Amino acid sequence: MNVISCKNITVHNERTLALTDVSFDVKKGEFLTIVGENGAGKSTLARVILGIITPEEGSVTIDTAVRGKIGYLPQQSSAQRDFPASVYEVVLSGNIGATGLIPFYSRAQKARARGNMEMLGIANLSKKSYRALSGGQQQRVLLARALCAADEVLLLDEPTAGLDPLVTKELYTTVRHLCDEHGMTVIMVSHDIAAAMKYSDRILHLASSVRFIGTPAEYEKTPLGASFGTEDSNV
Amino acid sequence: MFNIFSYSFMQYALIVGVLVSLCAALLGVLLVLRRYSMIGDGLSHVGFGALSVAYALGAAPMTVAVPVVIAAAFLLLGLSESKKIKGDSAIAVLSSSALAIGVVANSMAGGSASDLGGYLFGSILALKKSDVIVSVILSLVVIILFGLFKNRIFAVTFDMPFAKSAGVHVRFYNLLLALLIAITVVVGMQIVGTMLISSLIIFPALSAMQIAESFKGVIILSAVISVVTFVVGLLVSLTLPAGAMIVLCNLCVLVVCTVIGKVVKRK
Repeated sequence: MNVISCKNITVHNERTLALTDVSFDVKKGEFLTIVGENGAGKSTLARVILGIITPEEGSVTIDTAVRGKIGYLPQQSSAQRDFPASVYEVVLSGNIGATGLIPFYSRAQKARARGNMEMLGIANLSKKSYRALSGGQQQRVLLARALCAADEVLLLDEPTAGLDPLVTKELYTTVRHLCDEHGMTVIMVSHDIAAAMKYSDRILHLASSVRFIGTPAEYEKTPLGASFGTEDSNV
Repeated sequence: MFNIFSYSFMQYALIVGVLVSLCAALLGVLLVLRRYSMIGDGLSHVGFGALSVAYALGAAPMTVAVPVVIAAAFLLLGLSESKKIKGDSAIAVLSSSALAIGVVANSMAGGSASDLGGYLFGSILALKKSDVIVSVILSLVVIILFGLFKNRIFAVTFDMPFAKSAGVHVRFYNLLLALLIAITVVVGMQIVGTMLISSLIIFPALSAMQIAESFKGVIILSAVISVVTFVVGLLVSLTLPAGAMIVLCNLCVLVVCTVIGKVVKRK
C-alpha cells in the first residue's frame, strides 16, 4: 500500500530548477532515505510532501489516513539551539496541528507527549531547558515532538547533522526501531549514504530528478552507489 | 513622593508607560528569540521620519506615523521571510533613509533642534488622553492574544517550518506580530523617544532569557522586569530625562540577570 505518491513534480527555486519531473511512491511501514548532494532538492522535496511548497507541476497524493499527520523534524536553525524552552514545552508543541482553535492541550495530548519522551529515553529531561542539552539530546526532543504530530509517517530532514558518530548511530537505531516495532513509515533526508545503505529499506538518489530508487543492495550495483560505497562513513 | 501623580500628565505617563512597557516586553520576547531584535530599532527610525514629515506638512503626527510604521513593519517581517534581501541590511537601509528624510523634512519646515529632541528622546508631557485609550486597547489585545494563542505563538516562534507543516497559519501570526509591534513602537516612542523605544522591546526579553529556563518563564519574567524598570525609572528620573533613566534601569537589570545566569549555570 502506498502512503504517499509523488507524480511528475517540478519546482523552481528562485531562478534555478530545484526538482524536475520527480515521481516515486512511499510504501506503508518502509524506511526510505533520500540522498543526494547539496542543492539536489532534497529539502525542497520534503517541503513539497509536507505541503509547505506547492509544486508548479505534478501532484502529491497522500493517503487519507495520513493526511495532516506527518511528523516533521526540520533542520535546526542557529536561533533554535539556544532557545529558552523546557523540553516538555517543546515536545508538547508537537500537538499544535491537532488543537484547532482550542487554547490549551488536552489530557490525552499531554499523555502522548510524556509517552513519547519515555519511549525515546528523555523523560528525565522534561523540566530541563532545551538550550542546555547536547546536540543528540536536542534531536531526541525534536523526534519526540515529531512523534506527537505523527500517527503514521515521520519525515526527518538531516537529523544527524552535527552529531558525533556514536549519537548518530543511536539515532539511526531508534528510527529503525520506530519502523520495525511501531509500524512507522519513515522518510529521511540525509547526506550519509553509508548509513542509508545500512539502515533503510529503500534509497532514493536525487539530483534534481530521480537518479535511482530501490533497495540498498540494488543501489550498490549502480555506478552511483558504487562511487559512494567506498567512502568513509560515520556509522 | 507620590503626590507628583496628582498631575494628569504624570498619571497619563504612568498608565501609558506601564501598558506599553508590558506590550513591548511580551512582543519583544518573540522578536529577540527569532533574531529580529533590530526590527524595533528600524521601526522607531521610520516613526521619527514619519513624525517629522507630518510636522513639516502640518498634519496630525499620529495619523501619519501609525500607517507608515505599520507598512514598514509588514515590509520588514515580510522581507525576512523571503530570502532575496537579507533582513538585517533591509532594516539598515530603511532606518537610515527614514532618519535622513526626517532630518531634511524638519529642516525644510524650519524646525528647531528642540523639536528634533522631542522626537528623538520623547516627552512624557506630550501624552494625550487618546494615547491612554490606544495603549489600553493595545495592551488588552496583546494580553488576550497571548492568553488564547500561547501554544501557537510558542510553536511558531520556536520552529516556523514545523508549525507550517502542522498546518498553523504562520503568515497570519507574522502579520499580526508586525501590526502589534508597529503600534507599540508608535505609542512608546512618545514616552522614551524614537532613539530609545527599541530598548523597551529588547532589554526585558534579553534579561529574562539569561535566567528563565522555559518559554513561559521568559514571558512572565520579561513582563515583570519591563513594568518594574519603567516605574522605577520614571520615579527616580524627576529632573532627569525619564526615557534615558528607564533604559539605564533596564541596563542594570540586564547586568544583574547576566551575572545571576552565569553563576547559576556554573553550579
